[in-house]
Amino acid sequence: MDSLSQYLELYRLNREALDAHSAAPLNALRPAAFEALAGVRLPERGDEGYERTSVQDMFAADYGVNINRVNIPADVAASFKCDVPNLSTLLGVVVNDAFHPLRQLDERLPQGVTFKSLRQAAVDNPELVSAHYGSLAPLTDPAVALNTLLAQDGVFIHVERGVKLDRPLQLVNIFSAPTSLLAPRRVLVVLEDGASAQLLVCDHTQDNSTQYLASEVVEVSLGRDASLDYNHIEESSPLTTRHSQLYVAQNAGSRLSAGSITLTCGSTRNNFSIDLHGEHAECTLSGMVIASGSQHADNNVVLRHLAPRCHSNQLFKYVLDGEATGAFGGRILVTPGAQYTDAYQTNRNLLASTSARMHTKPQLEIYNDDVKCSHGATTGQLDAEALFYMRTRGIPEAEARNMLMQAFMADVIDNVGMESLRDRLRHLVEKRFNGTGALCGDCAASCREHVEK
Amino acid sequence: MNDILLEVKNLHASVEGKEILKGINLTVRPGEVHAIMGPNGSGKSTLSEVLAGNPAFTVTEGSVDFHGKQLLELSPEDRSHEGLFLSFQYPVEIPGVSMVNFMRAAINAKRKYLCEEPLSATEFLKLMRQKRAIVELDNKLASRSVNEGFSGGEKKRNEIFQMAVLEPVLSILDETDSGLDIDALRIVAGGVNKLKTERNATIVITHYQRLLDYIRPDFVHVLYKGRIVRTGGPELALELEERGYDWIKEEVDAQ
Repeated sequence: MDSLSQYLELYRLNREALDAHSAAPLNALRPAAFEALAGVRLPERGDEGYERTSVQDMFAADYGVNINRVNIPADVAASFKCDVPNLSTLLGVVVNDAFHPLRQLDERLPQGVTFKSLRQAAVDNPELVSAHYGSLAPLTDPAVALNTLLAQDGVFIHVERGVKLDRPLQLVNIFSAPTSLLAPRRVLVVLEDGASAQLLVCDHTQDNSTQYLASEVVEVSLGRDASLDYNHIEESSPLTTRHSQLYVAQNAGSRLSAGSITLTCGSTRNNFSIDLHGEHAECTLSGMVIASGSQHADNNVVLRHLAPRCHSNQLFKYVLDGEATGAFGGRILVTPGAQYTDAYQTNRNLLASTSARMHTKPQLEIYNDDVKCSHGATTGQLDAEALFYMRTRGIPEAEARNMLMQAFMADVIDNVGMESLRDRLRHLVEKRFNGTGALCGDCAASCREHVEK
Repeated sequence: MNDILLEVKNLHASVEGKEILKGINLTVRPGEVHAIMGPNGSGKSTLSEVLAGNPAFTVTEGSVDFHGKQLLELSPEDRSHEGLFLSFQYPVEIPGVSMVNFMRAAINAKRKYLCEEPLSATEFLKLMRQKRAIVELDNKLASRSVNEGFSGGEKKRNEIFQMAVLEPVLSILDETDSGLDIDALRIVAGGVNKLKTERNATIVITHYQRLLDYIRPDFVHVLYKGRIVRTGGPELALELEERGYDWIKEEVDAQ
């Protein structure tokens, strides 16, 4: 059976409850989303752009949806393991799909910055939310339509014109529920002209024995000369499925540095759809996947150069061990109007076992003569000569392998825009390869402090 | 016998099904310097790689006794911990692994093998400083990735630096002179001589006699077609320098 129909049925039976526990700007798009889903299906493995990932299968399990907003008590403090030491952040927590405002957050936010529940923002400022909600993510994409159909809450971030945040915003997504759960999350990030912000998002799963599915749609709108660092770290569980779609619109002179770090996952698909609308827009994408066991991670980038003199640079690296599978799809489109485009894309992958598999599909479509573009993809194994060299110096094979795998990720970490995060990432990656658990563990102290106050 | 450091008996090895070593016999005692010479393709580098444990080579016959241990049964890392060191003809560049992390991992792995505590940061830095001086290795190289962007001379000096740190009982120097100018050669050879004691031994693998002007061998062996076909004193190297290898090839091929 088509996995979509169970959700359509759910919607038909719970229309009122969905609306009642959400807000008007979100409810307004539901009928259109429902219509858009008539007669379509979610992408299957083998569809173009989905060569190795079935979104159908991701949504197929019998997940519950917390339509009536039952408050699921999550031991929030226990899950707060992802704070980055030496990085003082303005912290918000999303448990499943509900934003939990920490008491002091509002007081600590600088003038001109909103960081709150999307539902609350839609009540407080419906015009602003309506103007941006659904403006970038198209309902013609069935997964976006499904998210729009079911989303009741999420996060709203707004930075007023010219406001430059000096402290990073941090969003911790925690999965916690007694039964298997689908959380349809919606995130809106709006930086007005000249605004700048840093955002760090961490995904955690509290219970490793329950199945979770995150359906996430993020819409990011960057005004003229706005600047955003947006880094995402996933440390979930083998039973967690993540389907994330990021839509970004960049105006002239804006800058985006986005990092996507998959340290532990079950099955993950991250879509990046980035439109460079204005001249001199700059976009850097850095992706890292470390997968082992039977984990699956698929990153898919569609980057459109729609204006002249824009610059984009993508670097995605995977280390796959065990039976892990990875996929990367990267399409750069340079339209006829986008003269003097600089666009680069690199995908490098390391297979650390004989049964790990990687599928990569770099694409470059250029409808313009005056451009500098390149793309390259390689998939290989650890350098046997380097490994032998290290072993002759007495370094045990397992340690030598870990050192080489860490070294492989060094340039992706160097690409990450937030300096204090880079140090933390080096540590996390080292721990991940050493098999000492991917959870941030020892850094819990500083964020626990935030909660207990 | 107690005073034998390395005893290679009838060693055969192949790579990708092709036999390269066809019965090597070699005995090395503490305090000795052995030179292994021979024309290109005779198996000199294969011998050093096999002794160090390169998994690309398969030993098909023979045995190697290393101060009482069966060398061929040890992993490359344990051969190192037991005191074997190979200076590579082409030291490998390892982008992303810093010299400092590389050396710390090497030292602490050996200390762990010997049931010793890891070195403290201060002790480690002091040791690095001392050993660097032996081969006049620039401090700047310490912050770089292993061998990455090093000049030919720097790479070879880096090998001898690592040898100084690890204090092996048997060092195999594979074509250490290749790619060195005369000043670098003097520094590298000087380093090797400084590290020489009555208790350790060195095997120098070289195509030319030049290096042997600086590192004086006690024995010179000629390797040809996977066997040691002639053994002599230092005078053999001089004879080879003068006459080349053709006369030996002819003698062996005639047999």
